Amino acid sequence: MSAIVVLICASLLVAVGFLIAFLWAVKSGQFEDKYTPSVRMLFDDAKPAEKEKE
Amino acid sequence: MCAYYDLENMPGNSLKEAGFAKKFHYLEDQDIRRQLINFTDGEKSTTTFYIPSMHCASCVWLLESLYRLTPIVLSSKVNFMKKELSLTFRESPTALRELVELLTAIGYEPLINLGTLTAQSDADDNKDLYVKIGVAGFCFANIMMLSFPEYLVGSGVVEPEIKKFFGVVMILLSLPVFFYSAQDYFRSALQGWKQKHINMDVPISIGILTLFARSIFEIVSGAGHGFMDSFAGLVFLLLIGKMFEKKTYDTLSFERDYKSYFPVSVTRLSPDGEQSAPLEKLKVKDRILVRNQELIPADAVLMSESATIDYSFVTGESRPVEKKNGDIIFAGGKQVGGAIELEVIKEVSQSYLTQLWNDDAFTKDQQSKITTLANSISKYFTIVVLSLAAASALFWARTSFAQGLNAFTAVLIVACPCALALSTPFTLGNTLRIFGRQKFYLKNTAVIEALARIDTIVFDKTGTITRSQKTRATFVPADGRSLSEKEQSAIHSLAAQSNHPVSKQIASCFSAAPKLPVLNFHEIPGKGVTGEINGLEIRIGSHDFVQTNGEKEYASGSSANVAINGRLIGRFDVANEYRAGLAGVIEKLLARFELVLLTGDGESEKTALLQFFKQDACMKFQQMPIDKLNYIKSRQKAGKRVLMIGDGLNDAGALKQSDVGISLSENINAFSPASDAILEASGFHRLVDFIDFSKTSMRIILASFGISFLYNSVGLGFAMRGTLSPLIAAVLMPLSSITVILFTTGMTTFFANKRGLLS
Repeated sequence: MSAIVVLICASLLVAVGFLIAFLWAVKSGQFEDKYTPSVRMLFDDAKPAEKEKE
Repeated sequence: MCAYYDLENMPGNSLKEAGFAKKFHYLEDQDIRRQLINFTDGEKSTTTFYIPSMHCASCVWLLESLYRLTPIVLSSKVNFMKKELSLTFRESPTALRELVELLTAIGYEPLINLGTLTAQSDADDNKDLYVKIGVAGFCFANIMMLSFPEYLVGSGVVEPEIKKFFGVVMILLSLPVFFYSAQDYFRSALQGWKQKHINMDVPISIGILTLFARSIFEIVSGAGHGFMDSFAGLVFLLLIGKMFEKKTYDTLSFERDYKSYFPVSVTRLSPDGEQSAPLEKLKVKDRILVRNQELIPADAVLMSESATIDYSFVTGESRPVEKKNGDIIFAGGKQVGGAIELEVIKEVSQSYLTQLWNDDAFTKDQQSKITTLANSISKYFTIVVLSLAAASALFWARTSFAQGLNAFTAVLIVACPCALALSTPFTLGNTLRIFGRQKFYLKNTAVIEALARIDTIVFDKTGTITRSQKTRATFVPADGRSLSEKEQSAIHSLAAQSNHPVSKQIASCFSAAPKLPVLNFHEIPGKGVTGEINGLEIRIGSHDFVQTNGEKEYASGSSANVAINGRLIGRFDVANEYRAGLAGVIEKLLARFELVLLTGDGESEKTALLQFFKQDACMKFQQMPIDKLNYIKSRQKAGKRVLMIGDGLNDAGALKQSDVGISLSENINAFSPASDAILEASGFHRLVDFIDFSKTSMRIILASFGISFLYNSVGLGFAMRGTLSPLIAAVLMPLSSITVILFTTGMTTFFANKRGLLS
């Protein structure tokens, strides 16, 4: 009997973890701009280019 | 891509620098800086610019690499869909001006106008909704899991301790749903109740409240298992519907007023020389300097010799108007050509155009003008449900009070208009998306309902039924003889020498003819041009300028006479081109709607317009912006539901006052006054389809109401007999909701496809 209580608690904890991850994602603005990040990831790393210039 | 810009960075900087020597000096003004900066701690500041010229991935890269171009910028971040650039920079009195100058120099001039200063940033509505959905979804899924044993084996088999544990967890999980996710429904219902107006949220709130209260009671008293799964599922689905309905177009604004077009500052001439002054500090009798392509911010008298004012912004008319010394120039026009000097005669907010915004059409609450179908039904729905619940409660109360209460709550639970509440957002949300694909962008879904009830359509002329950027010159020969090739190329050569818009139109008529050198070229502003080409002496211009020997005058505001060697050979008529498909649209509309044409122009085009509008339509000429607004008001008083289609700021009042205001735009990102919907000009010929399809959508909603009533009456059968088990509730509620969602989205897509609105 206690096994199921432990399991339920464990599963709830995992679920709460995902809920917190979702809330964090919303709060940090990840749902506000759904286009620009897809472009941004195409840019090369800026640092090597800068080193060359200087 | 980075390497590409490495090469270009060095030589490319000085492109436009010369032109804005003093243009941005107003950005050093304390008040303006404070309004533009979002946040500052004295050393670092953040600001957000709207940059209309941002258009590709390289723009994103360049703007996010600004820190390499200048040490002022600490970091920058682009929101491409909104065309916004957020900057963090080192604070100094000149930093903001330097930033804007840098951006302008590299070709990304930010748009800073009165509207930017006064605008409130959008509330985090969407964020809030996402969080509510997330919480509700999380609780719903977990409650469902805990309810599962109940569905399979029924009560009694599960050990009582575990049942108790499950019950406690379920109550804990339901609390955030009830107090957080569902709070908007309670708030709106309460608000409606206070205003003696039963909206859709009243029966929903009753349902949610009963579900929650009865479930708590059953779990705590151990009498049963409760309906927590149905409760959380209901809230979850309702919120999903809300999100679906809320399709927003990031790049469009439906709330623009004149402030979005007026500049922040103006160049004021004072004894000490030129100064840039904030617009709100502009007073009557101030002298101002307006340069090429700058906007005239207040009604003023022209002090310079002459000016060419482009009012396309206000009226949709693209042909500039000539003004002479002493003429009054109304605010909203743009100077084309050299800089002019003006003396202000009215303050910005009191000018001819801007005082339109003082009308109460702009101040009263616009929400109240639409009573949605769902809201008007829910009044009767609530009354019927409450009386049914009371009747079954009375019936069962004869056996026992508990039984009566049981039946009462069961009826309220089952009758909760979940499917009813979902059909509207899903039908209209889908319709909104379908319209969006046809470049018809609506502010919100309520516009569809209003559109379906329209019976009067009011058109603006210039820029709406005529194409604003397209005028066409046609040659009308005086004696029926067409022009020889030699004459054509002579006229082309002469007209091409002048920058006057009519000359440009004439030149483009014969663009195929070769261009020849012009001798003795003279241009007399406001009159015409003359010159010798290949031995022909040609004069193009107004009648008295062309001076032919007593021949008939072709007087018309927009035509130019042509004489060769002193003999009148004909004239060029410059007419606005009517929109493609106009005749078809008007013909279809004439049969079903009352059509009205309102225009600020004179009656010169009346005969041409009669071809389209026939005698049935009402046409009103020389209408001031406020006249247009008042006309719409008078039609509404007569019980008509008015659709207004316009394009310029002079239609703004009429667009706002009408039941549905559609602003037509050649380029949806460029310009549109406040309205309920923005239609891209290329979709104009589909206007009839849009109105018809919004009617179809309303019929689909009615049909889905029928389906949900069917489910409700089945459920009511159980509830009134007092045999509603959690299992039946748990099956019935999602089943009816999902049927309605599938039906509404499926039917709208099907009918849209049938009408060719999906292509």
